[in-house]
Amino acid sequence: MDLTKIVSLSISLTIFVFVVWLIKERRLREKYALLWLFTSLFIILLTISRRILEITALSVGISYPPSLLFLIGVLFLLMVAIGQSVSLSRLTQSNHKLAQEVALLRKTVTSDLNCQKQKDNC
Amino acid sequence: MRIRGNGKVLVIVPAFNEAANLRAVAEDLRCFTGDVLVVNDGSTDGTAELAEKLGLMCVSHPFNLGIGGTIQTGLKYAFENGYELAVQFDGDGQHRADQLDLIIGPYRNGAADLVIGSRTLPGGYKMGRARWLGSRFFFWLIKLLSGQAIHDPTSGFRCYGRKAILLFSQYYPDDYPEVECIITAARYGLTIVEIPVLMRPRLTGHSSINRRRSAYYMLKVSLALIVDSMRSTPALEDA
Repeated sequence: MDLTKIVSLSISLTIFVFVVWLIKERRLREKYALLWLFTSLFIILLTISRRILEITALSVGISYPPSLLFLIGVLFLLMVAIGQSVSLSRLTQSNHKLAQEVALLRKTVTSDLNCQKQKDNC
Repeated sequence: MRIRGNGKVLVIVPAFNEAANLRAVAEDLRCFTGDVLVVNDGSTDGTAELAEKLGLMCVSHPFNLGIGGTIQTGLKYAFENGYELAVQFDGDGQHRADQLDLIIGPYRNGAADLVIGSRTLPGGYKMGRARWLGSRFFFWLIKLLSGQAIHDPTSGFRCYGRKAILLFSQYYPDDYPEVECIITAARYGLTIVEIPVLMRPRLTGHSSINRRRSAYYMLKVSLALIVDSMRSTPALEDA
């Protein structure tokens, strides 16, 4: 086992352990947990066997295998980022709606309370 | 669509840190017989307390939502409490209470669901050149996308009829909503009428759109207009 392999394997194992720890601590929702779990497993797989990458790259006509890795990496991160923007937009929208509900409900509650007070005074 | 209403009018005053102007606005609205609702958008200068002291109804957002969310809260209140008409009346003193009858008129005559108080039609006031250019640009874009001819699409002095209240309490743009909601209204087949009104220059504070932001404003609004005109028109929930 050469040095690069040891280093890359330890990095990918660290990522895997970190993801498992996040799930254990309930800091990741199931939806994301599964995504990152499979991603880190995939990274481990690639570090164990360089053959996988080489064979795939050559079979689709890419002569320099690492460029396939970069392509997949960039596309994957792009998809994840778009997905996060969508989630964020949805959260903003529901946050917005909640704030409006709270404002309107508080108005109803306070005017009901004022009515009650006036009745009590009579 | 079932339209009901009790004939009552709600004046919606969106207010974000408008404590300096609110007293004058309340004074101006004294002659108005309907209800006035101040929508406090997370102000930190005691706007809500002042509104209560001035005897105005007030709802307060727990934090700042921006102008779109603020108007929408007012319209939601109008819808839930059965108001037939809502008028947007800015909290900075630009709009005049003596113009209220004028802006309500077209709805009362049955001619409009949404009335826009315009400063550019004959009888209105002169605006700056940059603002005029922007308005002309949006005039043509709106005309192209919806066939409506609105000369002052950025005006915030508006009257919403029952149909418009129902629509906008469900769909209302977040930021810079004035222009975009014209397209939404046209998409839902609302009748939009523009009438000339008088306005005052602002008392204090500054417009939300300055020169640096205006390029971003134009781009964002243009994009929003084009996207909105491509949207479908799902049925409204008449709760």
